[in-house]
Amino acid sequence: MVINTDYLERSLELWPFTNTKPSSWLNQLRANAIDQASMLRLPTKRDEEWRFTDISALTHLPFRPSQPENIIHIGDVEHLFLKEAKIRLVFIDGYFSSSLSIFDPTSLTVGNLPMFLSSNSAYLESHLGRLAKYEDNVFTALNTAFLSDAAVVSIPKNAAVRDPIHLLFIATQNEVTSYPRCLLVCEEGSNITLVEEYIAHNNAKYITNSVSEFFLAPHANVKHIRIQRENLEAFHLANCAVSLDRASQYQSISISTGARISRYNQNVFLNDEAAECTIDGLTMISNQQLADTHSCIDHIKPHGTSYQQHKCIVNEKAHAVFNGRIVVRPHAQQTNSSQSSRNLLLSKTAQVNTKPQLEIFADDVKCAHGATVGQLDEEELFYLGSRGLSPATARSLLTYAFAAEVINRIPVTSLRQRLEQAILYQKSE
Amino acid sequence: MIVSNSKTILAVQGLHASINGKEILKGIDLTVKRGEIHAIMGLNGSGKSTFAKVLAGHSAYEITAGSIQFENKNLLDLPPEERAHAGLFLAFQYPVEIPGVANIQFLRLAYNTIQSQRGKEELDPLEFDDFVREKMKLLNMKPDFLDRSVNEGFSGGEKKRNEILQMALLEPRLSILDEMDSGLDIDALKTVANGVNQIMNKDNATILVTHYQRLLDYIVPDFVHVMHAGRIVLTGGKELALELETRGYDWVINHSESTNKVTA
Ligand SMILES: Nc1ncnc2c1ncn2[C@@H]1O[C@H](COP(=O)(O)OP(=O)(O)O)[C@@H](O)[C@H]1O
Ligand SMILES: [Mg+2]
Repeated sequence: MVINTDYLERSLELWPFTNTKPSSWLNQLRANAIDQASMLRLPTKRDEEWRFTDISALTHLPFRPSQPENIIHIGDVEHLFLKEAKIRLVFIDGYFSSSLSIFDPTSLTVGNLPMFLSSNSAYLESHLGRLAKYEDNVFTALNTAFLSDAAVVSIPKNAAVRDPIHLLFIATQNEVTSYPRCLLVCEEGSNITLVEEYIAHNNAKYITNSVSEFFLAPHANVKHIRIQRENLEAFHLANCAVSLDRASQYQSISISTGARISRYNQNVFLNDEAAECTIDGLTMISNQQLADTHSCIDHIKPHGTSYQQHKCIVNEKAHAVFNGRIVVRPHAQQTNSSQSSRNLLLSKTAQVNTKPQLEIFADDVKCAHGATVGQLDEEELFYLGSRGLSPATARSLLTYAFAAEVINRIPVTSLRQRLEQAILYQKSE
Repeated sequence: MIVSNSKTILAVQGLHASINGKEILKGIDLTVKRGEIHAIMGLNGSGKSTFAKVLAGHSAYEITAGSIQFENKNLLDLPPEERAHAGLFLAFQYPVEIPGVANIQFLRLAYNTIQSQRGKEELDPLEFDDFVREKMKLLNMKPDFLDRSVNEGFSGGEKKRNEILQMALLEPRLSILDEMDSGLDIDALKTVANGVNQIMNKDNATILVTHYQRLLDYIVPDFVHVMHAGRIVLTGGKELALELETRGYDWVINHSESTNKVTA
């Protein structure tokens, strides 16, 4: 099939909400977003923010929006479930599957978009689309325009959810774009662990365009583990926006191992005093994969703290990109911020671009940053070899050791073990 | 212990090795038989660690001449891991730290790899745990060694004990212990030496590399070799170590340099 229009034009043509009642706020939101999308264009390498990430392979794909067609049996995906998670929301190609999910429909704090729309539309309206700005981001605009389902998690004041909540997004359809969406609202003093995971069920070619919005009220505490392990045919374009209120704590661990091309934008706003965030990332790619992480930690008010550690392990002909922007606004005195980017190249053809971007407008701040790019240490390899380990085993053990610092912080045991095994038994050159 | 008619484990002949084009080993000959303990002594920089690493197969060194026979194998044909499988073990002068890998995980992996290569039974995590704790008692090691990352933040003495623990686990035919007494106080030295003595038997052998004679009070060598400028310049019995202690290295070096001139 020859496609003359580009991906964006085609997406605009296929927008399904033209004839729905315009009165509802949700339709208004979608309509605004599609208008906005029509005024934007797909980024190219000429855009500073996309300098290293060429998505031209995507621009001519004839992909249509995914459809709700639930053909997955629980036996096919059970192995993806986390035994610690007592609440699990599963989305197939972006659409909620109640048969694969476990939650309490009467509690009204966890569910999907239609459930919340019928019970608590005003609450949704005051949060959905308020944080993930689509004015200058074509992918957020498209996600918002095509918004028809979402994972919604709302944690009441002072509630502490002991077990992790698992949001599992499974791709199954070929040549489609799906639009996963997450909304997390943590009321004052609440405490949760959330696992947001993207995975493919098969070898389909598809695009995931996901948007997540997290609101942390004062003193809320959120641990957010994000796992992107799409298949190697996939494109994964994701935006996450997090708002931190006074003295809230946000700990994020993002692991990217999948997708042919992935781009993750994570924007954290320290909107009130004494907010604290720890942002850890691990990218582990091989083959011809390209994985781009762009983060922005925005210190807006005083006494904020941010720690960031990003690691990339790049093998074969893969290419990793990390751009870590840290903004300290004029009022954000007594900010304490540190960023470290450490990169391990496992082959001569692997490539990494890492860039700290500090924009500091306050004078009484502590900001430290550093970046390293290296290979596996020959002396360590020799040491392991002298103990009988084959070069391949020695390499994967040292690679695992490099990743362990990030992986060990994952507070969900079975998930941590799963990742450990995946690294220890991966092939290496 | 010198055993008559004992089989040769290691035979090094005319070994020359260089690194980055600089020759460090300049013709080493050494034969080690089962049951024997050899000490290689010499000043800092004489090439002792280089010799140890060449034996273990470090790829940075280029062997420019000579041969190394290990039991019935040509050692120079083997990569480091196969030398380990064959029964060669090096306790490093400076063991590397490997943050992120738990010591117990590393020890078990090394143990099971060697076991399976020798056609012996592997141990599961629980069995191995018991096994390694037993060996640790021999060396008076604290159990928290197992949970820490390999050598990370270990004191000099702790690193040495961890090396000897590996020797105890892997049951090598030939152990080369490079400056294993450095960083050990006298009590620790006695403990570790006692551990080594217990591992020794009539079928294996040890090369002690040291520039102090102190260690040799506790592990008594059958042969003492003095290394200087990349060669073994003098070989004797254990009394040679004592002589070095009282007379210093100078007399050996002067002696060797004068004989060099004669032979040159
Ligand atoms: N990587 C290297 N490049 C050049 N020279 C080296 C290197 N490593 C060791 N040497 C030199 O080799 C010689 C022997 O060193 P070494 O074997 O460590 O001695 P010892 O263990 O007896 O103290 C020294 O002169 C040292 O400077
Ligand atoms: Mg030395």
